[in-house]
This record gives sequence, structure tokens and C-alpha cells, in this order.
Amino acid sequence: MAHAALTTSGAPNRAGRLGKKQTWLERLRKGDEVVHLITLAGAWSILVITALLVQHLWVYSRLARHAFGWHFLFTSTWDPVNGQFGAWPFVYGTVVTSVLALIIAIPIGLGSAIFLAELAPRKISNALTFLIELLAAVPSVIYGLVGIFLMIPFLTAAMPYIQKVLGWLPIFSGTFYGVSYFTASVVLAIMVIPFIVSISREVLLAVPVSQREAMMALGATKWDVTWRAVVPYARQGIMGSIFLALARALGETMAVTMVIGNVPQVSTSLLAPGYTIAAVIANEFTEATGDLYLHALIELGLVLFAVTMIINALARLLMLTMKAHEVTG
Amino acid sequence: MILRFLALAVLTTASAYAPQVSAQQISLTGAGSTFAYPLYSSWASQYHTLHSNVEINYQSIGSGGGIRQLIAGTVDFGATDGPMTDKELAEAQQKRGTAILHFPTALGADVPSYNIPGVTAELKFTPAALAGIYLGHITKWNDAEIQKSNPGVKLPAANIVVVHRSDGSGTTYCWVDYLSKVSSEWKNKVGVGTSVNWPVGLGGKGNEGVSGLIRRIPNSIGYIELIYSIQNHILYGDVENSSGKFIKADLNTVTSAAAGATKTMPADFRVSITNPPGATAYPISTYTWLLIPEKMADKTKGAALKIFLHWALTDGQQYTKPLAYAPLPSVVVQKELDQMKKLQY
Repeated sequence: MAHAALTTSGAPNRAGRLGKKQTWLERLRKGDEVVHLITLAGAWSILVITALLVQHLWVYSRLARHAFGWHFLFTSTWDPVNGQFGAWPFVYGTVVTSVLALIIAIPIGLGSAIFLAELAPRKISNALTFLIELLAAVPSVIYGLVGIFLMIPFLTAAMPYIQKVLGWLPIFSGTFYGVSYFTASVVLAIMVIPFIVSISREVLLAVPVSQREAMMALGATKWDVTWRAVVPYARQGIMGSIFLALARALGETMAVTMVIGNVPQVSTSLLAPGYTIAAVIANEFTEATGDLYLHALIELGLVLFAVTMIINALARLLMLTMKAHEVTG
Repeated sequence: MILRFLALAVLTTASAYAPQVSAQQISLTGAGSTFAYPLYSSWASQYHTLHSNVEINYQSIGSGGGIRQLIAGTVDFGATDGPMTDKELAEAQQKRGTAILHFPTALGADVPSYNIPGVTAELKFTPAALAGIYLGHITKWNDAEIQKSNPGVKLPAANIVVVHRSDGSGTTYCWVDYLSKVSSEWKNKVGVGTSVNWPVGLGGKGNEGVSGLIRRIPNSIGYIELIYSIQNHILYGDVENSSGKFIKADLNTVTSAAAGATKTMPADFRVSITNPPGATAYPISTYTWLLIPEKMADKTKGAALKIFLHWALTDGQQYTKPLAYAPLPSVVVQKELDQMKKLQY
């Protein structure tokens, strides 16, 4: 059925141009149908892989799901010895670090993308872009080491001054040990910036010249052109780059576990140590003995999947409301 | 003369080629403990030079993983830092139709490492001090329980930052097993496992993660693997043993912990040797075990595994010390060779 719908509406089957409708066999011989089938299989395989993934996570988390039900999400005890498992500290840590990382990364990433695409001389832009793409390929354990050997000493030295000014805020209160939500977020931000920059730059460069010329014809300044004509035109692509960055931040394991402190607790202070879903799975999976323990870890994987979907959905919703706002306002 | 030379030449070529022609290539697969990985990979390569037809492929996927793979039957032998539970043994019996035997192969130990600005002395820890610190009851370095065993040391009134392993590990198992033996509160509140619900403290991934945190955070304490601290020249403290003596962990005091625990050793070797009797025993020591199925479908493999196991327990012990593992006491080796008679291949 989907197949029929695609051939009649989606894919132009050259029937019009050739003047007569081709049979399926003819199309197969000429190659159109072959390409169609191959690409269709590609598209389906993504769905199948996702479905298998969810099915597998669902089946192999059954003991934990039956034992804890919805409480799994909202309790904070993680006690492998006594078989008590709650995901809340991990969910909290995952969301807090990823969101904070994006708050840091979006202005920096978008700023440098605009500079590279619109303002910088082409030669410098190309050289810098090459370097940024190189950064995107650096293994995450290296970022973890950067976190331990550069960020932690730097943040430890800077924190007394930051706390002097902002210490009254609950999110900057308490003792800072170097490992914390905040440190993890900064390291994550550094990791995801290259994604935002490199994709956003490509998208900005792809904005048609006519768009800029039209704005200039209205007497706009260079900044006006960039901010009011180019960036809105490229918004979809920029959002895409942010989604990709978010996905990387949510799933990042190695670099986070090296700098977050690995304590399953919920704390309002960003300077306190915490834990994330991906980190606890990586830490405990290999040595997990006992079926319930293993199933609880796999259920965490399922939760991470759900968290990723919900955050993505919320981000898309935010984008839609922004668009609607723009149309009406 | 020429004849003799020729004969010799024929003999040597014959003996050089004979094993490759007659014996088939055998590959043994094992998986498990990361702690024992350096030893087992060294054994594998040493053994391969002695028996060129046997190749031992050991993957350090973690003790829990090793037990799972062994039960699933995807490996020939397993390796673990904590003995298998009765439930796991029953599962193996049911799924593979064979009992699993534990063979201790070497010893390791955990040491308390710390970073107190201004203190360079080797601190002495009582069991009550370690349990108090890890339960969160002792929060200052100048607490009476720590100060009383370190009379000459000026300890600061600073808050103690506790560090533990974040990844599940045999090192943690050994540490909490010790704590639960010396503190009933620990035993009831926290318990024993490769990961536990820590009352206090930060988690570091691996020995390097824990020692990195200790190095970076002033007034911190953590436990690390003895091997790691020896190889990296990390300062660590002495621990009071069951005879009331403060013992510094080294390969001899760890071996004597095993010797001290031999009297009470169960026949299946599933024993924790933390806090054993013995004046020279270091109390936070542990075995690492090979897990060998009693029956094997492939008899050729079984025979090769048996010969390897015998070699590891006898000649192989010489490779433990250079890698900073403590060798087995000879009483234990003898008992294990007796257990080998149970192997049905």
C-alpha cells in the first residue's frame, strides 16, 4: 500500500513525459524500480533497527519493570546488594548536564558559525572549519582527560571567585570538589560545539544570495542581513545541528563519567557531584551479577531512549511555537 | 663423528617438527576478571612458547561478564575476583550440565591511599577508623579514632573526602567484604558486592580514576589495588590486622593472609580471606579465581586446559611476583592439585 502510494504520488514515474504509463516490469528493467526498492529498504531498515532495539530493551528489562513499575523512575536508591533500583538521580543528571551543556554551547557554536560563514575571509574560514571538524572526530576519552587535567584544575582555581559573586544562588552553593554536574556540562559543551559550528556553517553558506541581496536592497546593515535574513532562512538546519549536539550530549559516556563524580544523588547545586544514565550503565554493566541488577541496568537504557525522545519532542515543540509566534507577531 | 652429527641433526629436526605434525592446534578461550588480566595474558604467552600448539585467548571483560559467558557456554573457562554464588552455580549446572570448580590462581590486595596536605607519614588505620570513614561517621582527619593510632602525626581538622570505585569491580568487592567483617553496621546497612550503595563519597572509574581524584582533592582518602599503587609509587597506609598489628601491604603479607585463612578454607575454595588470623597477615587481601567446568564436551580441549591449569598452579606461579601479584601459599597449591582430580576429562 505504501508502495503504491509512493509510486503514484511521491515518485514521478515519467509517465507524463513518455506519454504512456509503464508497467512495473518495464520500470524494473529501466532501473527506476530498483533504485526505489533499494532506498525503500534503507528507510525501512532504520525503522526495523529502532524497533528491534526497543523490543530488546523491553524484553531484557522485564524483571526490573515488574519489580519496581513506575517507581523505578521516581525513586533515588541504587542498591545492587539489596536489589533496590531507582533511576531518578541518573535521569536528573542526564537532563541537567545535557541542557546546561547546550545553554553553554549554542551561543558559542552559533556565534562562531555566523562568523565563519558571514564575516570571516574565506581562507581563514576554511582553515578554521577544518580544525573544527577535526575536533568533532576526537575520541571522547580525550575530552575526559582534558576535563580532568585542564578543566578541573581551572574550575577549582576559579570557583572561589565565582562563588563569591554567585554563591548566594542555590545552584552555585556547597563545596566544590572539581567533579560535578557543572564540570561535566562544560566538557560536554566543548564536545558538542564542533557539531553545531560545522553543520550550522554549511547551512548558512547554503542560504541563496538573492536572500541577502533583497535585504541589502532595503538598506539593511550587514548585521541586519545576517540576523534577519540569513539566520531565519537557515533556522531549520541550525536546529538540526542543535538536535545532533543534544543527542551526543545525552548519550555521552566516557568523558562524563570521568568528571561527574559518579554519585547517584539529586542535588540543586550544579557544583555537587552527580551521575548520568549512560555513565552508570558503562560503569556497572560488566560486573553486574544477578538478573535483576542486569535488567535494572537495561531498563536504564530504555529510560535513556525515552528521555531522548521526550527532549527531542519538546525541542521540536519549542521550535513550532517560535514559528507560530513569528507568523502572528 | 659425522654420523653422530647427522643423527643429532635428524633427532633435533624430528623433535622440532613432531609436535606440529602430530598435535592439532588447540585454542582455549577464557573471559572475566580485569584485575587478573596482566597475569593471565602473561601466562598465555609464556605457555604458548612452551606448547606451541595451544593458544590461550583471554578477554578481560570483567568478572560478572566472565561468569555470564561461562554459564552461557561461550567460553571454555571463566575468571573472577569474587566467588560465584550458589545461585549462579546452580544456573551453570542447569544450563551446561556441569559443576563449576573454583581455582585460586594468585592474590591481590586493597590499600588505603590518602592525600592530606602537610602529612607525608605512612598513616596507620584501625578497622574502626576505616569503617567509620566509609560509613560517614568519622568526618574529620583529626578524629580521635585516627589520631590515637598515629600519635606522632599532626592531623588537620579538615573534612575527609571519601573516594570509591564507580565501576563494579573485584577491588570494591574485597574492600566492602573487609568492611562488613570488621563492622556489623556496614554488614547490615551496606553489605557486600562488586558495586554497593555507598553511604558517602565520590566515585572514580578504575584505579586510575580513584587515584586521580585522591591526587586532585586535598584531604581525600580512597582504596586502590595494591599492584596499581606499587607500580605507580603511590603512598598508602598500614591497616591493623586481627592480631592487633599494623601491617603494610606487600606481596609477603598478602601471601601470609592466604596462609592464615587456609585452616578455615572450604573444600570448594569459595572463600574470602579478608581479616584472616595470623600476626603477619595483611587484612584486606583477596584471591582471584579461574572458573573451570568439571565436564567438557570437547575432550581434547579439556585435556589441554587441564595441563595448562597444572602448569599455572605450579611453574606459572613464578610469573606472579614480577607483575606484583602475590603468589599462592604452597598449602593452597597442594589442595588445588587435589581438586584437579575432579575434572572429568
